[in-house]
Amino acid sequence: MLKTTNLTKSFGGLTAVNNVNIDIKEGSITAVIGPNGAGKTTFFNMITGVYTPSSGEIMLGNESLVGLKPHTVNKKGISRTFQNIRLFNSMTALENVMVGMHQHLKYGVFSTIFHLPKFKKAEKLAMREAYKWLEYVGLADVYNEEASSLSYGAQRRLEIARALASQPRILLLDEPAAGMNPKETKELTDLIYQMRDDLNLTIVLIEHDMKLVMEISEYLFVLDHGEKIAEGKPLEIRNNQKVIEAYLGKSAVTTA
Amino acid sequence: MKSLLNGLKQSNKLQGIFLGAYIIVTSLGLYFLQESVTAFLLILFSLYLLYKTNFPVKLKWSIGILVLTVIMPYVASQGTAFESYMGVATLVGIYVAMALGLNVVVGLAGLLDLGFVAFFAIGSYTYAIFSTKQVTNFLHFDFLPFSGNSFWVFIIIGGIIAAIAGVLLGIPVLRVKGDYLAIVTLGFGEIIRIVFNNLDKPVNITGGAQGISSIPAPTIFGLEIDNSGQFYYVVLVVLAIVILAVTRLQDSKLGRSWKAVRENEIAAQASGIHLVRTKLIAFAIGASFSGMMGVVFSAKQMFIDPTSFTLLESITILVMVILGGMGSVPGVILGAALVTILNLQVLTEVTNYLNQLTLDGVINLPPALSPSKMQRMIFGLILVLAAIFRPKGLLPAKNKIVPKEDIVDQTVVEEKTRTVSF
Repeated sequence: MLKTTNLTKSFGGLTAVNNVNIDIKEGSITAVIGPNGAGKTTFFNMITGVYTPSSGEIMLGNESLVGLKPHTVNKKGISRTFQNIRLFNSMTALENVMVGMHQHLKYGVFSTIFHLPKFKKAEKLAMREAYKWLEYVGLADVYNEEASSLSYGAQRRLEIARALASQPRILLLDEPAAGMNPKETKELTDLIYQMRDDLNLTIVLIEHDMKLVMEISEYLFVLDHGEKIAEGKPLEIRNNQKVIEAYLGKSAVTTA
Repeated sequence: MKSLLNGLKQSNKLQGIFLGAYIIVTSLGLYFLQESVTAFLLILFSLYLLYKTNFPVKLKWSIGILVLTVIMPYVASQGTAFESYMGVATLVGIYVAMALGLNVVVGLAGLLDLGFVAFFAIGSYTYAIFSTKQVTNFLHFDFLPFSGNSFWVFIIIGGIIAAIAGVLLGIPVLRVKGDYLAIVTLGFGEIIRIVFNNLDKPVNITGGAQGISSIPAPTIFGLEIDNSGQFYYVVLVVLAIVILAVTRLQDSKLGRSWKAVRENEIAAQASGIHLVRTKLIAFAIGASFSGMMGVVFSAKQMFIDPTSFTLLESITILVMVILGGMGSVPGVILGAALVTILNLQVLTEVTNYLNQLTLDGVINLPPALSPSKMQRMIFGLILVLAAIFRPKGLLPAKNKIVPKEDIVDQTVVEEKTRTVSF
């Protein structure tokens, strides 16, 4: 469904992502892993239009995503969350989710200023839908709270709710479990399964929590120094020489 | 005393009685003491009290409109100071509208604009040029210059031209952010002023440093609007439209996307918001309010020159927004009213009073120290104090709190109960 061919991004002399070929199947939960600085977030940023690739191709179905602006990528059905949480801090949880629905709200400035029925109806429905998304991720109680006042785990879930509100086909999660305690991680795992099954989502995640990754993902891609060093099912990756090398160093492999 | 205050906070009835009494007392005060600026200011203060009540929004608006359109003008009209009161009130209205415009740009969209007065200048000059013989210097049509009748159309035209200028400024400028944006807009503001200052050669379009005089008064049904008492109502109408527009835009898709862009550009884009378009609309809407009021301003003053549109004006408008509370409509209205009144009435009153004392030989105040000369210092002091004690402004922006019943889908519940009863 989402496919990259020879995707490359260089910043000056540094090649952050180098000739990466990845094919993500529809309806799968796929993980992109790798040590720090392997180019995972850069890879996400290219898919979502934050960076333009230096070369290579990104295909969503039959459409190329190269050169599209982030808001257009969102329109095509790709939503994301961020490694360092990016919420609209001074807005309420509900408003945050309503921003996510931006593409789907169809009314103009004119009907806004005159509060035409079209506007009122759309806003009312939007509020209810946004509330449902908050319910879905378990934040219904705090819908009127300012985003910045929420707990860390709640902020992560609010980001997911906002991403879901734009009704994506593919959801990219950038380190969703970072900073979570085991209980929160467990809840997140359940939520990821639930989203895939309820909403027919394709989920791609970057994650360092290996327990979570091995448990949840059906397929993995491993990046190191910007290059794809392995791909496969969790068990295959677990025993892959190159992967162990990348994470633990060469000597770890020889002594093992 | 404390229980009385608490009671006042809770009971609508008590609030109503208190507010009514306040309005009556201050009105009588101004009615009998026509020369008392204090009485005039106390009447205006009733609007702040009204804002603080728990009355339903519609009732608040009705009382506010009643005070502004009937009570205040009537009680002020009994003496010779009427014109000056109305003049001040008119200018307050003009500045409130401009501050609300800047609030869209700075407060909601988070784009620091230090050249905002340029749009005011564009609106002012649009009407001034096309309604005086100035236009005949470069355009030769029989219907030019337009008469005072055209003023009403020019309010809209001024708004549109200012909005276009806003977009034209925005397209190149929005590549830069934050401090850089502030400097570029500052430059733009100065460029516009200098262009107007020098556009008297080779073709005399703006009258140069001399400005444009004998701008015609607006006419409606053959009636000429030429005093502050009448302009006051024109300003009120435009202001009402501006307030309606900003409050409604703020709670819409557009308002949310402005705030989202202000809070986090990358996340806003990832949520499907077109960054450049959203910012340009903020520039255009903010500028258009300013442009509309520019037209009113030039018609009211009947004379404009580039000195009305200096950097200090831009800063003053920004001070209004920051003092009142960025992103907060009631705050910005309060901030603009306070700053304008302080400028026009309080500082001049205090200066007059001190001058009188000096003349009488009570104190010896050198002219260099008179408060009206220290305007900037006093502004600075106010800003510093506000930054320390009210960093979010006098009336900080509040988030819209949605009541539960608006949000839980009642229809679903009904349907469910129906299936059960079947």
